[in-house]
Formats: sequence, C-alpha cells, structure tokens
Amino acid sequence: MKSGINPGMHLVENLYGKVDKIPTRDGYGKGLLELGEKNKDVVVLCADLSESTRTHWFAEKYPERFVEVGISEQDMMGIAAGLAAVGKIPYVSTYGVFCTGRAWDQMRTTVAYGNFNVKIGGAHGGVSVGPDGATHQSLEEIALSRVLPNMKVIVPADYLETKKATIEASKISGPVFIRFGREKVPVITTEETPFRFGKAEIYRFGNDVSIFACGPMVYEALLAAKQLEERGIDAMVVNIHTVKPIDIDMIIKAAKETGGIVTAEEHQVAGGFGSAVAEVVVENYPVPVQRVGVLDRFGESGPPEELMKKFDLESTSIARAAESVIKRKKK
Amino acid sequence: MKYGIEEMKKIAKEVRKDIIRMTAEAGSGHPGGSLSSVEIMVSLYFHVMEHNPENHKWEGRDRFILSKGHVCPALYATLARRGYFDPEELLTLRKLGSRLQGHPDRNKLPYLEISSGSLGQGLSVAVGMAIGFKMDNRNQRVYCLMGDGELQEGQIWEAAMTGAHYKLDNLCGIVDVNGLQIDGWTKDVMNLEPLANKWKAFGWHVIEVDGHDIGELLKAFEEAKNVGGKPTVILARTVKGKGISFMENRAEWHGKAPTREEAEIALKELEEME
Repeated sequence: MKSGINPGMHLVENLYGKVDKIPTRDGYGKGLLELGEKNKDVVVLCADLSESTRTHWFAEKYPERFVEVGISEQDMMGIAAGLAAVGKIPYVSTYGVFCTGRAWDQMRTTVAYGNFNVKIGGAHGGVSVGPDGATHQSLEEIALSRVLPNMKVIVPADYLETKKATIEASKISGPVFIRFGREKVPVITTEETPFRFGKAEIYRFGNDVSIFACGPMVYEALLAAKQLEERGIDAMVVNIHTVKPIDIDMIIKAAKETGGIVTAEEHQVAGGFGSAVAEVVVENYPVPVQRVGVLDRFGESGPPEELMKKFDLESTSIARAAESVIKRKKK
Repeated sequence: MKYGIEEMKKIAKEVRKDIIRMTAEAGSGHPGGSLSSVEIMVSLYFHVMEHNPENHKWEGRDRFILSKGHVCPALYATLARRGYFDPEELLTLRKLGSRLQGHPDRNKLPYLEISSGSLGQGLSVAVGMAIGFKMDNRNQRVYCLMGDGELQEGQIWEAAMTGAHYKLDNLCGIVDVNGLQIDGWTKDVMNLEPLANKWKAFGWHVIEVDGHDIGELLKAFEEAKNVGGKPTVILARTVKGKGISFMENRAEWHGKAPTREEAEIALKELEEME
C-alpha cells in the first residue's frame, strides 16, 4: 500500500517548510498574457475591475483585444457570447459574486444554453477578500455554475495551476468557469506537476481516509495529512481541480480503498464541491463523508487568515473531520 | 437575391398564415408579437441582410439576433419561407423532439444565431458580435429585434451604452413597438415614452417608421447603413396581432394560441386581405 507524498506530482520540495505565496488571480492574469501571445482569437472582457482581476496586464499588452464594459456584468456576459459567436475566445473577468450571481441568468440562458465558447474568470472566490465583507466574499459560485448544463468548472489549487487552467480553458470547447482568489496562497505545484482537465490527482497516498480538496484548500488538506500522520493516521489527499465534470472514477476508487471521505472547500458546502463529491459517493459506493466548508452562513469582514480560522476552514478542521470520519467508518 | 416590396407583401401574408397554423397546431405560443414583427423579419431576410440559405454557416453573413425570443414563430416561418427548411416542419412547433422549440434554441435549429427567451439579453450579444466584426475589420452588419416591453429590462440600457461607447455603426437595433405587453398597455404597465429621446440620449441614431410598411422599413435600414460613428435603432410602430381582426391590439393574444375555429376565421381574414 502506497503512502506519503506522490513523487509523480512533482510538488514543491519544501512543501511543509516555507513555501512561496502568490495570489491565484495572478495565475489568471499571467495565463491570459501567455494566451494573448499564443492565440490571436483570445479577447478579454472586464467590468471596471482590471487590476483586481489582473487583466490589466493583458490590457496593457493587447489593448485592441481588451474590452472594457464598465460596471455592467450582465451586458459583459452577453457581449462575450456575441464575441464567441463570431469566432473569438472571450474571457469574462470580474468577481465571482458578480459573474455567477449578478449575471447568472445571462450565464444560464445566453452562454450555457446557447453553449457558447465563453470562459468566465471569477475572482475573489471564498473569504479571501477579507475586510470587504460578505457582499464581496463569493461562497456560492461552484453551486451556481455547476448546476448549469454545458458549463465546466475548474477550481485551481494555486498560482501555477490557475495559470495552467486559464490556458487549458482556451482549448476546451464551450463555457468554462474558473474560480480564483485575491490573497496570496502557497504555491505547492511546479511547472512539472500535471494538470489534466477532468482528472483528479493524488498528491499524497494514504490508506485510512481520503481528503478531497479544491482551490487553496488542497494545501490545507496536505497540512492536515501531516498532522494526521503524527497521530498515526495515513490520509490520502486528492486535488480535484475540475469540479465539473468531476473525476468519478477517482472518487469511487478512493472510497473503496480508504472507506471514508473528507471534502474541503472555501465555499458553501450546500451544493458546492463537497456536495458534488457526496453525490458520486452515495450513488456509487456509500462510505462516511464529512464536508469541511462554509456552513450556511454569509461571510463577514476580517483578515482572511482569521476568517479561515473563524469559519473552521483550516487544516486542523480538516484533520478533525478526518478523525470523525474514521470513527464512523469503524462502527 | 433581393425581393421587391410587392413580393414581400405576399410573403408577409404567408408568414402570418404560418404563425396562425403553427400556434393553433401547437395549442400554445405567442401569436400577438409574432404578427406585429412580420414585416420587420421579412424585410431583413428577403431584402436587407446578406446571407445564404444554402450555406447557413457562411462566415460573411450579416447576423440577426432575436432578443424577444417568444416571437420565434415569426422567425421560424420567415426562415422556412426563405428556404432554410421545409415549411412543413413549421407544424412541429413546440412538440416533443421538434427543432422548433417554444423559445429559440440555436443548438437544435442551426439557422438561429442565439438561444433566447429570457428578455433583455439579445442586444448585448449583438453588441459583442459588432465589436468582434470591428476588431477584425469585417464589414458585416448585426441586427437585433427587441420588443418594446422588453426595454423595461435594465440590461438593454447597459448594452445601449456600450453600443454607443464603441461607436458600433455596424449595429442596428429594431424595436417592435406594438404598445402592449402581457399585463396591458406598456404606457400603463411601465411607461417607456419618450422612447425616441431615450435612445437619442444614449447616443443612438433613431429612425421612427410604420413597422408594417415594408417600403418605410427598407428606407430606414438603408439610412442606418449610412450612419457613421454610432449605432442606429429603428422604432417600428406596429399593431400587436396585426392582420387578424379579433387579435389586433388585444394583450390577451400575447401568449395564447387560437383554437381551430379561431384559426380558420383568422386564415380566412388573411386570405381576403388586400
């Protein structure tokens, strides 16, 4: 039985030491910059948030392919569909709350039902926007986007994976939602770490419990696995960056091998990532599941790291959930 | 091929008959606004727009966006009469397995540019297409048909701002101003006037026409082509339910199909119409 960090994933060497921290939104911005060079059909749309979404880098270099629409997210979503209809690959860029919330009907009827080749970058996902408070802390985008037919959903773990996902999205036909955040978070992957759309990756082998995570919670999950290791518990950690279509085979395999599952997301557990995993588990191979995430409440102002603690989104919460799942498993 | 006005009048009559037959057969649908928009769609597809029924994917085509998706019976009939598909298929409207959905689905019927039905979204798509054409220095034009009630949606005015901001003179909006919406007269439900001044204030070139006069419509579309630096909107004053005595100017015919008996009377009226 394999155990420990998966060397095939080429994660950073000092994973449990002092790791570099870069915001995932920078990955979106750098990904767009690279795409601008590689693919002349790529256009970027922004609703008065070019610096926040890091689209200003693209705008400076490719102003003729940057469309500023002002504060009108619904209009932006429709414009993107129109651009896609005439052969462009538009990247709609704004805060997650605004693209999946404010413009949800446009995302549903015009983009998803029409199945247009529109990419949607949702910034400031989770509580990471901190002091701005509940209105700007996006905790619902995974639920709101994954419920739509034709829509694909990616929640990258770190800066590099966000960059890879942004570039990969241009090669996927149809609408794609990419979620990323504002705050600096640990860069745990390297250029060599595989990123395959729709394929979950095992970052740590383990046999006692599976921890599925998305976004920066993958790092928290790895920290939790280390804490568990010290208590003699061997946890598998899987990065499920593609929330839709979710890697069903990986979830079933892990459920069979470990017999218990913890999910971790910086998002409402209702309808979110944990729900997506649970849906697969209950229909295919029921084992105990515990979801770590935001529990049916809005966010609030505060420093991001303190909010993570207050909302029980830290590694210690994941480790606690793992222990509880193992207890249920043994019943 | 460009059709003449007299020919188009005859085609408009056939399209009206199609709308009655289709909605009667379906037992549901939106005849009122379909009937008010007939001359607008016939003018576009039989004279104004560059397109090719033999090759609907032709990249060089002008684009028509139906923002008020519920009047798709008029669009389906116009497309069928223009040669995109067999008019026989029109009678499958709203039936299980039909390409002719109750509201337009571009993935089922490939001659449609967008799927629509939730009001207020089409003009933004048209703006996006017009921006895309400008980026590539393509000289195609984009047409977008809206309803007057639909203009109560805020997104229309976001798109109106964007269209003027980007000086989209390759974009032409048409408003089917039939004055009625589900709950009654627009002036009573939520007043839109002064409509021309609203569009002017948003930076658009405004043309007002009788939306049932094909000659006036053609002139307006021609004028729009020659406007530089700003988009044009044609306010087409129309009659909801146009052509059928018992449907004209009656809000109840917004979303109600005629019975078989009513359809027969309607078809007879159209037949006897000049």
